[in-house]
Amino acid sequence: MRHFVVVAILVIALSTLTYSGLMAANLLPAQASEQALPVDWLFNLQFITISFLFSLIVVPLLYSLIVFRRKKGESGDGVHIEGNTPLEITWTAIPLVIVMGFAYLGAYSLGETRRIDPQAMVVNVTAQQFAWTFEYPETGVVSDVLYLPKDKQVLLKMTSRDVIHSFWVPEFRIKQDILPGRTTEYRITPTLEGDYRLRCAELCGSNHAYMLANVKVVSRADFDAWMAARAEEARAAADTPEGRGKTLVTQNGCLGCHSLDGSRGTGPTWLGLYGSSVPLSDGSTVTADDAFIKESILQPQAKYVAGYETIQMPVYTFTDEQIADIIAFIETLK
Amino acid sequence: MKTMNPVWRGLALLLAGGISGYFIGLGLDTLVSKQVNFTAPLAGLFSLLGAVTAFFFGLVGYHGVTRGLVFQTIGTLIGGFFVTGIRALMGLETFGNFFFTEPAWVFGALVGTLSFLAGVGALTDWFKWALGESTPEHHEDEPGWKKYFQLSLDHKVIGVQYTVTSIAVLGFGGIFALIFRTELAASQLQFLTTTFQAFDQNGLQFYNTLMSLHGMLMIVSILLGIAGVMNYLIPLLIGAQDMAFPRLNAFSFWIAVPAAVLLLSALFLGGFDTGWTGYPPLSTRSPLGVQMFFLGVFVAGWSSILGALNLIASVVRMRARGMTAFRMPIFAWAAIATSIIALTATQLIGLSFQLVMFQRLLGMGFFDPAKGGNPVLFQHLFWFYSHPAVYVFVLPGLGVISELLPVFVRKPLFGYRWIAMSSLGIALVGFLVWAHHMFTSGMNEYLRVPFMYSTLLVAVPTGVKFFSWVATLWQGKISTPTPMLFVLGGIIVFLMGGLSGPPNATVSTDLHLHDTYFIVGHFHDTMFGGYIFPFFAALYYWFPKATGRRMSEKLGKLHFWLMTPSFLVLTFAMMRVGLLGMRRRIADYDPALGFDLSHLIMTVAAYLIFTSVVIFLYNFFHSMKYGEKAEGNVWESRSPEWQVPSPMPVHNYQHAFQVVGEPYDYGLPGSKYVEFMKSQEGKG
Repeated sequence: MRHFVVVAILVIALSTLTYSGLMAANLLPAQASEQALPVDWLFNLQFITISFLFSLIVVPLLYSLIVFRRKKGESGDGVHIEGNTPLEITWTAIPLVIVMGFAYLGAYSLGETRRIDPQAMVVNVTAQQFAWTFEYPETGVVSDVLYLPKDKQVLLKMTSRDVIHSFWVPEFRIKQDILPGRTTEYRITPTLEGDYRLRCAELCGSNHAYMLANVKVVSRADFDAWMAARAEEARAAADTPEGRGKTLVTQNGCLGCHSLDGSRGTGPTWLGLYGSSVPLSDGSTVTADDAFIKESILQPQAKYVAGYETIQMPVYTFTDEQIADIIAFIETLK
Repeated sequence: MKTMNPVWRGLALLLAGGISGYFIGLGLDTLVSKQVNFTAPLAGLFSLLGAVTAFFFGLVGYHGVTRGLVFQTIGTLIGGFFVTGIRALMGLETFGNFFFTEPAWVFGALVGTLSFLAGVGALTDWFKWALGESTPEHHEDEPGWKKYFQLSLDHKVIGVQYTVTSIAVLGFGGIFALIFRTELAASQLQFLTTTFQAFDQNGLQFYNTLMSLHGMLMIVSILLGIAGVMNYLIPLLIGAQDMAFPRLNAFSFWIAVPAAVLLLSALFLGGFDTGWTGYPPLSTRSPLGVQMFFLGVFVAGWSSILGALNLIASVVRMRARGMTAFRMPIFAWAAIATSIIALTATQLIGLSFQLVMFQRLLGMGFFDPAKGGNPVLFQHLFWFYSHPAVYVFVLPGLGVISELLPVFVRKPLFGYRWIAMSSLGIALVGFLVWAHHMFTSGMNEYLRVPFMYSTLLVAVPTGVKFFSWVATLWQGKISTPTPMLFVLGGIIVFLMGGLSGPPNATVSTDLHLHDTYFIVGHFHDTMFGGYIFPFFAALYYWFPKATGRRMSEKLGKLHFWLMTPSFLVLTFAMMRVGLLGMRRRIADYDPALGFDLSHLIMTVAAYLIFTSVVIFLYNFFHSMKYGEKAEGNVWESRSPEWQVPSPMPVHNYQHAFQVVGEPYDYGLPGSKYVEFMKSQEGKG
């Protein structure tokens, strides 16, 4: 009996200690969305249960190892107990009730994260190896940064151009895969202004680690200002070929692989590309003129730039006018 | 040469074979591509094949495994040239980046696998029977250690073959992990950079290949390891002379060897970047290596299915007199539960991989949305095996824990029937939970809830095991030699895996945890607690039975005390960074996340684990020859295999035994589990 009392006290003590340890360790990133609340609430409940169950097993185990160890020179066996059916039934039934309770709460908290606001703002998300594009259908603005207004539910309609990707901003908690050939939905209500990082969470190829995008949560007023400026920019851009070209390459995710500042990405940089001589994988060189750039867009596998032999660029279909616009944009990158 | 130690001879030839293989591959590659590429895929592949074949040639001469490997190489080339010839006649491309084209490699690899089996002799008896010739019931093995490198029908030899192969594959998987763990020690890319080149892969691609192969090799290693332990033990525990189908048993083992070769060849043939899950559409775009990976898994699957069939047949039909279901050693229950899963679920991973292979080779659209296919379908098929598979990995380990605990506690196993039934319960529920790997996948949203319920149910039978183990320890007379330390370590580590499970099971929290390092930490805990620790416990415990010698206690304890804390630190750090935003399967992480120190700690812990395993390997191989003699019942066990001298005689028990009591009645004076029969009564 004395053993049981000591163990019970130790279990309570260790549970409390473990739980406060877990709390002190700050195990979750900032809470930046409404949907994070039910998730974190369930996390907390999980941590409490984990602390208790951990102690419930570890304390009697270590206690037995110390108290019931075979002392020096001792021989003979332990107490002959084959089992205890009521006890077995107890520790089958109670966990059964607990896990079913957890399943119920899990379903409940899942439901909370799925609450639908019919007024939600729609953003179309396109994922591809290894870039993100965000389109705001109400204004037609396209961006490679995801701007979101605070305290407004956003409905992301997401699709992929190639393989499976996954949308994850750790501070928002929820995650949703993005599939080619169909649209998956993701609802989020940001509640904390700040800069976040969107990180692709489903292995999508060699540069998966770098498939990131910036997410900015701003006040409603700042959001509207940003949106107006971007819309104005887009209208002005539509008047010039290089402006239209820039919109096209942003919309189609080209900049996910081709940098504009000379840094090496998944594909070659576009800075100073136009008119330069490009070394190819077969040892020859070619001048990056209109014909070469056009071929590289429409038939990317026709020629490989040296050092990029293993990269499979997706095939794009653009009209001749669009390609002329893109080339005009690339020409400006001196 | 005659007087040279065969191991040294093997190692010398390993070097020579590796170098000559390298130049043969380089030559062939240069011939086709017309330019010299020192990290050519073919050079790497031939170097590996040459080295391994030459090593075995030096060790045992042109027999058994050496002949198999030579046959496999020649068979692959014949198959490859056959398809290349047909392609040439059809006017298709004949040679590609990797010498052969993809269809030629796939066909060649299949021919190579069959050639290996023919070369090693696994098919010989069946061919003879087909021709009407008779063969002896038992082939006598030659005495000494060379029998382990040749075809043997003795379940004990096959058990050792499985175990040693498993340790070899574990070594490859572990070294791969160390390489990419080193890259992760600090943020940014250090050596696997974009300018790094090896076997047609840049650093990032090579990282993905190593990471993917680490996963799959470890899985194959675990499958071989449990097969090894079960093969060695089950006939001994149930009092049989051998497994039910000895030739099928040998076949099941030997087919795993070409499978391991195929998996390793993926490293050289362009690698693959899909992870072990091989999700399309990514896997339909991956380099050739992914085909070798699919084929390797497909072939290894045969080993698993046939091995499970054999095991179930043996336990059902060949138990000693008086060994009723609830008087079987508890390990037999675990083996049955695991074999039921392996026998009935493995087909699904083979099928799903085969479908992707066909999609790549024949242009079918099973998982291609543009052709009306569905990538999520693959995930369902894949996880229908791959979730139950984790119970295949852990159930035998949990069985080892239940088997050894009473011996070192000197007390009956608490709630024997409950533990036996909990194994079956886990196996059964394990079939109903696969979609919990797909909560974010875009599968039907409402279906996530029933899968959450079924997943959480797994906690109930698992809990029964934990509570019963703790109750077994209560009021015992506990001693802690090395095997018991690993049993206790297994319980603690598996508890960590178990406790970190429910947050992944409840959907909303899993939406945060899915595809993060939390998952990585969680499953490494379950795999180490459910397999690695019990596997080491079993090796330390039954080593004297197999060799008649003991492994060093001092080194064993060093192994344990180095590995356990390092491993716990490693997985705690993994789970912590995962919760805070570290994704899985990335070669580089954002320095802004502030994970550099955590990753450095993880890398150091990984090296400490590696060191501890090296200590184990030294202990293992050194003790085979020089260990302290231990021919009696070293652990004072009641189990039948310890009632006869070690090492175990060739045909197991000279006199059959019958079961006269409960298996774990420690502490009950005068009780006995088995009684040997003097005459021939009840034999067979």
